[in-house]
Amino acid sequence: MLKLNNIEVTYLNVIRVLHGVSMTVEDGAIIALLGANGAGKSTTLKAISGLLHIEEGEVTDGSIEWNGERIDKKYAEEIGKMGIIQALEGRHVFEHLNTEENLIVGAHNRRDRHAVRQDLEMVYDYFPRLKEMRRNTAGYLSGGEQQMLVIGRAMMATPKLMMLDEPSLGLAPLLVEEIYDIIRRFNTEQKTSVLLVEQNVRIALSISHYGYVMENGRVVLDGTADFLKNNEDVKEFYMGLSALGTKKSYREVKHYKRRKRWL
Amino acid sequence: MSLPCGTRNYNYAEDMGIVRTKTHWVLLIAFLVILFTAPLYFGNYWLGVFNLIGITLIAAIGLNILVGYCGQLSIGHAGFIAVGAYTAAILTNRLEMPFLVGLIGAGVVSGLIGIIFGLPSVRVKGFYLAITTIAAQFIIIWVINHWSLTGGFVGIKVPYASIGGLVFRSESSQFYLIIIIAALCVFFAKNLARTKVGRAFIAIRDNDLAAEVMGVNLLYYKLLAFFIGCFFAGIAGALLAHWIGFLNAEQFSFTESILYVGMIIIGGLGTSIGPIFGVIFIRILQQLLTMELVPFLESTFTNFPAGFATGVTPMLFGLVIVLFLILEPRGLAHRWALFKSAYRLWPFSY
Repeated sequence: MLKLNNIEVTYLNVIRVLHGVSMTVEDGAIIALLGANGAGKSTTLKAISGLLHIEEGEVTDGSIEWNGERIDKKYAEEIGKMGIIQALEGRHVFEHLNTEENLIVGAHNRRDRHAVRQDLEMVYDYFPRLKEMRRNTAGYLSGGEQQMLVIGRAMMATPKLMMLDEPSLGLAPLLVEEIYDIIRRFNTEQKTSVLLVEQNVRIALSISHYGYVMENGRVVLDGTADFLKNNEDVKEFYMGLSALGTKKSYREVKHYKRRKRWL
Repeated sequence: MSLPCGTRNYNYAEDMGIVRTKTHWVLLIAFLVILFTAPLYFGNYWLGVFNLIGITLIAAIGLNILVGYCGQLSIGHAGFIAVGAYTAAILTNRLEMPFLVGLIGAGVVSGLIGIIFGLPSVRVKGFYLAITTIAAQFIIIWVINHWSLTGGFVGIKVPYASIGGLVFRSESSQFYLIIIIAALCVFFAKNLARTKVGRAFIAIRDNDLAAEVMGVNLLYYKLLAFFIGCFFAGIAGALLAHWIGFLNAEQFSFTESILYVGMIIIGGLGTSIGPIFGVIFIRILQQLLTMELVPFLESTFTNFPAGFATGVTPMLFGLVIVLFLILEPRGLAHRWALFKSAYRLWPFSY
């Protein structure tokens, strides 16, 4: 179980971007982290996976606990070894390796060689497209295939917690649904918890169990997926629907008056 | 974050201004006063060090434009400085031209040679370009050693710099000459980064494909960066020639080229203040190690073989640089920027 306890993140000792974020990721759950651009979602993920120091960021207050052990001062590769694997935003495939080699790199920290073969088959089972492309250089794969490869690579590490940063970025709607189906299947079959950062609120809430909404470096709303799906504010501000479930007309409402001030 | 609290832009002139607050003015004037009265407080020894720093600074600024802003790695900078130095020497000694003609000539010739060696940058990038610029270093030094006009291995004498009837003979008069030219170069480089050309350089460095798509002419701007960078090297070379008074290809070694890259990295690539920090750091460190530490070690550890200290100091020098890069990977300019913003925002840093 991952627990974020009131964390603050400061870049360069000067710019504070997270002002006390708390959240819990239960074992085996899919948690969605929602919010507008610049709300601090990616920073939260980087704080968990230990990538902040690259941008001279630091967790200045609060704690991050993974099964009771504090990880907010650990290095990224240690955190990776503990079973928290992040698939970075924007498809960082190893472009000079082929698809299969990319996947095998995902199993870099594992000692059980035979299981790696099996898991390779498992990933190919989830993503049949990758099996067709197994000998192709990753740099030449299409955007959708690269996204599949990145998720597949994260799966190869047999993570206990998989963090996905915008897996739908730049993908066709059909492909997005396919990928989300696979994430859900992976979650139920392998019992891996998933922490999902997503702009596409509708699809993220369709597969997740619980969600957090962030704004300006704070969690402003959280609840079960059903609660968030039916919440008026989420509907209006993130899905663009009015109370009736139809597309909203800007003529009728002075929507800025309805906008909640979160504090 | 870049401006002090409460400083606002009310018109374009203010927006473009470099010096913005009263404190800026006070600090600037105080600095200039101290700088220009330096010969009063320092002896010839330290003035010599300052002169070397000034000359190095001019060359480093050029390299910073080429490497820091435009992203074209060059490891042949000492070669281009040599071109400038020998051009000035030939113009003033063999052809008996005035100093200023030699100075400008050195810059132009060096810049043109730079364009020739910059041509590969159109096709190759990064490490590959670095290798081709190493070629510049070796070809230039070879030509200098084997050409009668340059004096070959014997070297060439250079007269004192003079403008009109004014001859820059003493260390302090040369200090003024060098510092004024260095200040002009700093000013030019600071402003270059804020112009269309400077933005084109940075665009090429950050993403050359995107820059090309937006209509930046890569060939033109890369070669322009080579010209400007090597022009500065030429000016530095000419000043060096007149300052030392005697030229020999040994002074422009490959080590020196690498040291120049080291200086701008330590200072902070692609910043206007970076080269100043880097040059002062490296030159003072060199000076302290060779002039202070070597005699100290020799006299303290008398039972070691003679000359061991001269062997140890380069290692110490390397060690300091390595430690520095580990502890301060983004250069001194970054630390300076952090210090400034922390100072301005104190006590509520966020």
